[in-house]
Amino acid sequence: MVILELQGLRKQFGELVAVDDVDMSIEEGEIRGLIGPNGSGKTTIFNCITGFLHPTGGKVIWKGEDITGKPPHVVAGKGLARTFQLTNLFRDMTALQNVVMACHLHTGVGLVGQYLMTRRTKQRDEEIEEKAITILETMGIGDVKDEIAGALPHGHQEALGVAMALATEPKILLLDEPVTGMNPSETKDMMERITRLRDSGVTILLVEHDMKAVMSTCEQITVMNFGKKICEGDPEGVCSHEEVIEAYLGRS
Amino acid sequence: MRNRKTLATEIVLIVLAIAGVVAPFLLGYYYIDVLTMLFINIILVTSFHLITLTGNWSLAHVALMGAGAYSSALITGSLGWPFWLSLPLSAMAAAVIGLIMSYPLARTKGFAFFIASYAAGEAMVLCWTRFKVPFGGWTGLTNIPPPENIGGIDFSDPTPYYFLTGIVMAVSLWLMYRLGRSRIGATFHAIHSQESLAKSIGINVTRYKMLVFVVAAFFAGVAGVLLVHRMWAVEPNQFRWVPTLYLLVWAVFGGTRTFHGSILGVAALTLVGELLVPLAEWVPMIYGLILILTLLFFPEGLEGIPHRVQSLFRKRRTGGEAPEDLLMEGQD
Repeated sequence: MVILELQGLRKQFGELVAVDDVDMSIEEGEIRGLIGPNGSGKTTIFNCITGFLHPTGGKVIWKGEDITGKPPHVVAGKGLARTFQLTNLFRDMTALQNVVMACHLHTGVGLVGQYLMTRRTKQRDEEIEEKAITILETMGIGDVKDEIAGALPHGHQEALGVAMALATEPKILLLDEPVTGMNPSETKDMMERITRLRDSGVTILLVEHDMKAVMSTCEQITVMNFGKKICEGDPEGVCSHEEVIEAYLGRS
Repeated sequence: MRNRKTLATEIVLIVLAIAGVVAPFLLGYYYIDVLTMLFINIILVTSFHLITLTGNWSLAHVALMGAGAYSSALITGSLGWPFWLSLPLSAMAAAVIGLIMSYPLARTKGFAFFIASYAAGEAMVLCWTRFKVPFGGWTGLTNIPPPENIGGIDFSDPTPYYFLTGIVMAVSLWLMYRLGRSRIGATFHAIHSQESLAKSIGINVTRYKMLVFVVAAFFAGVAGVLLVHRMWAVEPNQFRWVPTLYLLVWAVFGGTRTFHGSILGVAALTLVGELLVPLAEWVPMIYGLILILTLLFFPEGLEGIPHRVQSLFRKRRTGGEAPEDLLMEGQD
């Protein structure tokens, strides 16, 4: 079943066409790679899907519903979670506090409840904390839960970023370069975790520069260049595609 | 360590409370009045501090205080309703005006918010000056009654009014403190530190910014009510640039990272103001100077001083790097 569909998605910044009528559909439960040279429009697509940018044209269809131009918190509420390039964290909070904050979406915070601190509020706060700890453990960073996020090593910060996205209980996870700046063993760990997340039922859309990581993990790959989709298919097919080779290696 | 800190805080609070109760019996009417004004300003600056939690600095805050003041002047003066009913009603009126202002304001940020909030505040002032009925134009409203007696206590006397203000302040501070420490307060902080991340995890950033603005407007309204029933009169100029400048200086001078920072700021500068009474005409300029000097040499404000002293001692103990550090600070 197709859960996320882009129909002729277009984003222009003045004269510059960052995303040029892109069609794409993602099946539930797949790991889709989205690759392309710098400036080919991958992150812009992410921003259009998650409501951080308003597309100039085209549609974003989520489970049959048109969600084009909906604000980010609404999109998040529908089950689309994202991470950011160069990891975005609440740097002066602990790892646990970061994830607790991200649990916000499904717990809500009542003004009155916070004042009265009723038994129900307390109990719920404890439940949230337990849930957050479980998520941290899934991402393999349970042991650093009380460390300040900004002081964690890079690999842990990336994992924390994904943990926060997971805390919103997403149906699809949009990961923007999750292994950038990681060493090979960290990269391997991260890719394995992403695969496991998929196995637990979360669809994954992955933007990544690390070709090896993408080729070994993704079943389907979409390649972009200059805002256009140039090809789509399994890793072998994509690798041997003429335009892809041209985009990456230059015209020979 | 943490327990020692709570204990110290509790001792400080108890000492302050005792001093607050004893003070009016030791001081003359003039100083009782100064302290009453200080309490009102503490409510104002602390509610202002709430807004800064989301990273915004509002120039409409003093105007919202005015909204509370005008509202109470009309409710008690024109309608003749009792003060005790007017206090919550007028605070709510300020909150409603805050809600209307926050609708566009919460959609701006940074400098745009700063300027837009200034415009919103001036629009408020324009209403008061333009509509002579019921607001009285530039001369404002007079003959505003003091709070009605309760059990024979006459609140037109400075001392009972001082206690009334003190109690309202204590309750307001407690409510605002709890809000800042709650998960809602943590959410304000999250929005301040990483707005786009906050959005991506499903936080309705605009709604929270509106919430903080409305809550702050409510307490600014409370301060306004207390102000107008102390002065027994109200006029638009009380809520324009000069008091707004004071508010900013209190907050910057004290610091906005902690709850107590801005309170320290207003207390210290009230003291300075009293010492400068003979130079009254120069006070706005002196405040401006204090603002500039604070930004240059103490960007963290008063609240940062204990931390600085601490790190100074630590450095002394570990290896005499302190003089170099001081030199550096002097240079920047």
